[in-house]
Amino acid sequence: MEALSYLIPAALLLGLGGLGAFLWALRSGQFEDLDGAPHRILLDDDAPPDEQP
Amino acid sequence: MSRSPTASAALGREALSGFVHARDNGTAELHLAVENMHCAGCLSRIEGALRDLAGVAQARANLSTSRVRVSFDPRRIAPDALIEAVAGLGYRVAPFDPHLLGEAGRAEERDLLISLAVAGFAAGNVMLLSVAVWAGSDMGPATRGMFHWISALVALPAVAYAGRPFFRAAWAALKGGGLNMEVPISLAVILAAGMSLYETFSAGQHTYFDAAVSLLFFLLLGRYLDRRARGRANAAAEQLLLLGAVAAEVLLPGGGRQRVPVSQIKPGTRVHVAPGDRVPVDGMIAAGRSQLDASLVSGESLPCEVGPGVPVFAGTLNLSSPIEVTVTAAGDGTLLAEIVRLMEAAEQGRARYVRLADRIARIYAPVVHLLAAATFLGWLLAVDATWQTALLNAIAVLIVTCPCALGLAVPAVQVVASGALLRRGVLLKSGDGLERLAAVDTVVFDKTGTLTLGRPELQDSAAHPPEILKLAASIAAASRHPLARALSRAGGPTTSLDGVMETPGMGLQASVHGRRVRLGNRRWCGTDGGGTTTGPELWLAVEGEEPHRFRFTDRLRADAAEVIGGLRRRGLEVELISGDREASVRALADTVGIARWRAEATPADKVARLAELAAAGARPLMVGDGLNDAPALAAAYASISPAEASDVSRTAADLVFQGDDLAPVLSAYDTAATAARLVRQNFAVAFLYNVAAVPLAVAGLLTPLIAAIAMSASSLMVTGNALRLGLAGQKGVRWKR
Repeated sequence: MEALSYLIPAALLLGLGGLGAFLWALRSGQFEDLDGAPHRILLDDDAPPDEQP
Repeated sequence: MSRSPTASAALGREALSGFVHARDNGTAELHLAVENMHCAGCLSRIEGALRDLAGVAQARANLSTSRVRVSFDPRRIAPDALIEAVAGLGYRVAPFDPHLLGEAGRAEERDLLISLAVAGFAAGNVMLLSVAVWAGSDMGPATRGMFHWISALVALPAVAYAGRPFFRAAWAALKGGGLNMEVPISLAVILAAGMSLYETFSAGQHTYFDAAVSLLFFLLLGRYLDRRARGRANAAAEQLLLLGAVAAEVLLPGGGRQRVPVSQIKPGTRVHVAPGDRVPVDGMIAAGRSQLDASLVSGESLPCEVGPGVPVFAGTLNLSSPIEVTVTAAGDGTLLAEIVRLMEAAEQGRARYVRLADRIARIYAPVVHLLAAATFLGWLLAVDATWQTALLNAIAVLIVTCPCALGLAVPAVQVVASGALLRRGVLLKSGDGLERLAAVDTVVFDKTGTLTLGRPELQDSAAHPPEILKLAASIAAASRHPLARALSRAGGPTTSLDGVMETPGMGLQASVHGRRVRLGNRRWCGTDGGGTTTGPELWLAVEGEEPHRFRFTDRLRADAAEVIGGLRRRGLEVELISGDREASVRALADTVGIARWRAEATPADKVARLAELAAAGARPLMVGDGLNDAPALAAAYASISPAEASDVSRTAADLVFQGDDLAPVLSAYDTAATAARLVRQNFAVAFLYNVAAVPLAVAGLLTPLIAAIAMSASSLMVTGNALRLGLAGQKGVRWKR
């Protein structure tokens, strides 16, 4: 039973981590251009990565 | 269409300054809408051209929205130079203000996505704890209490946050004195969370936290998919508005030219139209001879020769040489604007369509409330239970009837159907288009560009000697004229000859092995043609040899007759209505087997015919491409247009199909019919589940475990049923592209 005292917080923290990562990705514009992203891997110019809004 | 945010898209600095936003670090930002950006090549060309300019810090093109964001140093480069750079690559481009445009919709979509993520996180974790409680029969009350408290800690903030889209909509409905699907949802979620909190405080056995959050999760999923489908359709319409606000090149009285927005041009002004540009105004040609492609305006597929004194209409494409036009009408006064107005009026009518899901919600919501209220009163009065028990059972009814599967029934099918259609080259543009398409009973076709390809093709290409065809094609490759382009297509891949000269309105000339070779009209090639012209033709005259004739015709789409037969077999009436001459419409109607047809119809005639059909109780599907079809597309019950259609028509249509075949019309109808059947099955599944679970809830036998299983099972069944559409699409006939 005492395993619960760290397993439950661990489960919650992992979940929160996933949620946080998703929110970060959303805010940093990773979902802005879902049609363009698969095309960009085909470009071979080495333009510097763009700063996000 | 309301006035677009770029209505004053003057390409002068003063007007542009309104679109430039200064940033803190001294740079400025400009947003551009670009037409026809759809490949990796376009992305890199546009970004590259902008980045190569001195003073541009970054350029980022977005393929989903067909827009570009540029940040630049306003002291080093003027915004109009940025626009010129993109326009110079051959793209139509317009600046816009992102703050004025569709931002509300995008923000809402984003908000839904965040809410979905929060609900998903909470549902996963609370479910984890709940499963432990259900499985742990030997769990002590202390441990169970702790699990309930942790669940409350996760679920309550999540419900408060992720439930906002529903709470807002429910509140708005209640304030307006009405009921919508959100009212029972909000009530169920809030009551379930509140009652569970009470149970947690009083160390009760059952809590419904997991039901509350997973309910929100499933509902948000359906809501998000639905919102995305609508957002895409809106974005396409916005793009058109942006690019419609073009500028015209005005010839100043003192010499010189200036670009002026079309809305500010007065009648009497002289406008210069370069070859390859669309005429921006209605007017009369003042100087210059050229050929105009009026296919988008009149449906006439062959270019016509024009010279001074000939009237021209906005939207026609200038093909061969520069012309000057004296303006008779601009902006709101043009034929183009008239067509757009007709279209708006027609669209008002369609806005009255109520989606199946909403119609069901109107009946469903009151029934659910009555049922819950009856359960509460029944337990309180008839069984003489405590108010807590009565309330708990009433909440169970609300939870179990909550339209989880109902909320997923339509969007899940919609998403799978639009994916299946996309694989066949059909783009679904409006959210409820599929639902309407499934219900049509009459199909009205346009002729040029719809049943036909809308471009001239070489007749009997096998009958020409290969070396002559090859020579002609290599000369033709130098020209943009539609007949020359058809010839070079028919000749296969060739290298174009060097030193080809074009004389507008006459033809091309080149020198091959020291001999003069001409390709053009009969006068240009010095022949009387030996008879009358029966259609468009080109002549090839090699010095010292007999001239050779190429004839062209607007070819019927290869499978037109087959598709029309297919539509008939599905019990649909087929009609043809065209703006073209009677003889050619009659001939085509006979070839494809359409008995009911009408020729020389104006845009208003087409709308009138559709109104007539609607008045007679029919639900017409309009298939058309030209600008003259746009009002009819908007007026019809459902509409489809080919991808080569005019912008306005593509915007008005519910679906857009690609390729040279007409088969996508048939497969779109079949997909819509299948989708409609699956939606009805989904509703049936959702109702069956209610019929099974509601008695349990009313009787007070519904434990959180049963509620969770029933809810998830019905949602999964509905989603799985929707996926069958995608499977059927893969097994079925593959239409060649």
